[in-house]
Amino acid sequence: MYLSSSRAADSIDTGSIKTGSVDTGRGNAIGRNVVALGLVSMVTDVSSEMVTAVLPLYLVVGLGVSPLAFGLLDGVYQGVTALVRLVGAHTADRTRRRKPVAGVGYALSAACKLGLLAVTTPWGIGVVLAADRTGKGLRTAPRDALISLSAGPEAQGRAFGVHRTLDTAGALFGPLAAFAVLWAARDGYEAVFQVSFCCAAFGVLLLALYVREPAAQSPHVDPARRPGAVLTLRTLARTRGVPRLGLAAALLGAATIGDAFLYLVLQRQLALDARWFPLLPVGTAAAFLLLALPIGRLADRVGRIRVLLAGHGALLAAYLLLLLTNVVSPLPLAIALFVLLGAFYAATDGVLAAAAAPLLPPALRASGLALVQTGQAAARFAAAALFGLVWTLTGPTTALTAAVTALTMAVCASLWLLRPGKKG
Amino acid sequence: MRHRATLLTVVTALLATTAFLAVDRAADRAADRERPHTGQPAIQRGELDLRRPGRLVFRSLAWGPQRDRLATVPLTAPGGPRTAAPRDCLRFHAAAGTGICLRKKSGVIPGHEAVLLDARGRAVRHFPVPGIPTRARVSPSGRLVAWTVFVSGDSYAGGAFSTRTAVYDTRTGTLHDTLEDFTVLVNGRRHQAVDHNFWGVTFAADDNTYYATLGTGGRTYLVRGDLARRSLTTVRENAECPSLSPDGTRIAFKKRIRPQGADAPWRLYVLDLRSGRETPLAERASVDDQALWLDGRTLLYALPGDFGADLWSVPANGGGHPRKEVASAVSPAVTGPVSASAPAGTAASRGSTAR
Repeated sequence: MYLSSSRAADSIDTGSIKTGSVDTGRGNAIGRNVVALGLVSMVTDVSSEMVTAVLPLYLVVGLGVSPLAFGLLDGVYQGVTALVRLVGAHTADRTRRRKPVAGVGYALSAACKLGLLAVTTPWGIGVVLAADRTGKGLRTAPRDALISLSAGPEAQGRAFGVHRTLDTAGALFGPLAAFAVLWAARDGYEAVFQVSFCCAAFGVLLLALYVREPAAQSPHVDPARRPGAVLTLRTLARTRGVPRLGLAAALLGAATIGDAFLYLVLQRQLALDARWFPLLPVGTAAAFLLLALPIGRLADRVGRIRVLLAGHGALLAAYLLLLLTNVVSPLPLAIALFVLLGAFYAATDGVLAAAAAPLLPPALRASGLALVQTGQAAARFAAAALFGLVWTLTGPTTALTAAVTALTMAVCASLWLLRPGKKG
Repeated sequence: MRHRATLLTVVTALLATTAFLAVDRAADRAADRERPHTGQPAIQRGELDLRRPGRLVFRSLAWGPQRDRLATVPLTAPGGPRTAAPRDCLRFHAAAGTGICLRKKSGVIPGHEAVLLDARGRAVRHFPVPGIPTRARVSPSGRLVAWTVFVSGDSYAGGAFSTRTAVYDTRTGTLHDTLEDFTVLVNGRRHQAVDHNFWGVTFAADDNTYYATLGTGGRTYLVRGDLARRSLTTVRENAECPSLSPDGTRIAFKKRIRPQGADAPWRLYVLDLRSGRETPLAERASVDDQALWLDGRTLLYALPGDFGADLWSVPANGGGHPRKEVASAVSPAVTGPVSASAPAGTAASRGSTAR
């Protein structure tokens, strides 16, 4: 392990906790909490992906509007989500009530499924979707904090691997559920939203009944010692390993160009029939589903930072694959891309949280995770916009070459930033 | 927590029942749409003949067993009884005996296809399409066909939509899978972007020149294309879903008059290609359709209606008033051996519901 987890929280005292892990004695019950959170995410993802899958059809066929008339989810939404995520995390830490904050997020998103039944204009749908994203933003960090607090420091990778596997399974099953409803009831978009609401409500029920707030924290927190936003930031900035990991995550994020671009390059190189295009993300998700748990466990054994960086190596390999390959038969190239991208997500999404969590004092875990993840997400968003611009100005090959250079530099910089034995 | 399992069982049963009832009710409503209702246009079953002059053909939205089928009415009595052929289409256009029908494929997972039709409405060739149909066009001679579909999840911003437009040459059998492969000149300079979207093709009489919409960087452009040279050149900004007049001198289009995200953002305009002058038409409602030139003086377009959409007409010179011509219909085309040969002013001059 490059980063010591046991001493991470020693230097600070923001609440009552001095160790990086909680309650490792109750292995079984703790595993159940992670699985319960995974199941909550799974049914919630079934619910939200049901809506995502039929929304284009609903807009064009059901409501008869041009989706190009409004930029559905643009930078504004991304910004709002990031902000809400930080607020949700801070609230969860401050009140020590991660479960209720996450619950509010899940409930808000569930309510939005009913909200879709009430609006018929593109503008109204935009508002409901923004509220849905707000719910997602609210719940993400408290949920990840709950996961990390429900597993020992040695099993963080496995815990996040279990969660992301269940989460992705829900995301893959959601569209199938939606199309089954439409198959039973032609043009029954309202029914899809109603069933989606029932799934989301079921997720809230599972959360309420089966997810426990980890009991390790002292139940009586002196309100005067609850960390405010400024103190939280100052403490996190001084927490050993956290600033460097956050910086590395942002650097790596800034060299990540977004899958859609890679699919576009793949499609152009292979002259791939356009009808396959919507299926490309499914291939990556399937690889992610299969790899999330094994790679999470591997990260626990060989080191999370090592796996995190190796994951970006897989992404680099994906770039190079598209850049250097002369057209071979399409199927092996597509499968190789799926495996590389799936491995990239499996080695970065949950593993970043698993790498960050043990560094963070439990009292600030949600905030710390939110900061690291938001920094990475913001960097990725900026990178996608910048890459789009480079593509426009110079064409795909030059843009992809630039991305390879940037990612190589980011990985080298991260290797240096996160090198073993680095102090402070 | 002894009550936990009970609570879980009861609430889960409640949610499952609600979900089941929701699907069941939706299935009932779907079945209801398959039954004829009073107050709807009379429909009889019959043959389709895209060469027979003087008829308007469209996708009929009237509830009943003929819903979504191609139906025809005489241009002299567009509001009268319709004749429906056993051919389902979501979007449709025809000219000079060639038809293009964008339809839903059967199966659990929704898919769509473009079907090239002969004058009898029989399928000549099927093309898979990667999204939801929105526009279809046939060139005046019946030789070229084009279609546009919406593709979702195809944008780097996530969640946004893009379009895919294909052109097929029925004589050479050449399929241009996507116009995005063509060279684009914006204001005279070569323009490359990952967010190029094309939609709404309209063909000129020479079977080489065409117009379409290019969307990039949050702007839309009217573009003129040269099919043989595989190139597109911008003509002007803010002009979508062009429709070239039968004499090739004017283009009807929808112009955005309200910003992104606003309701009712478009107005119908006609552009004179020689003078470059734009004329707003008498229709005050927002039109989200590629208008059809019924003749040299009248445009036909769809507006939202009780059963999805109705077809309205308006004079192309900016005067007059919009009139409802056909209830519960969308995607119109004029039949005949050569395109747009309808006698001037037929439908519009005797339209039923003036506003």
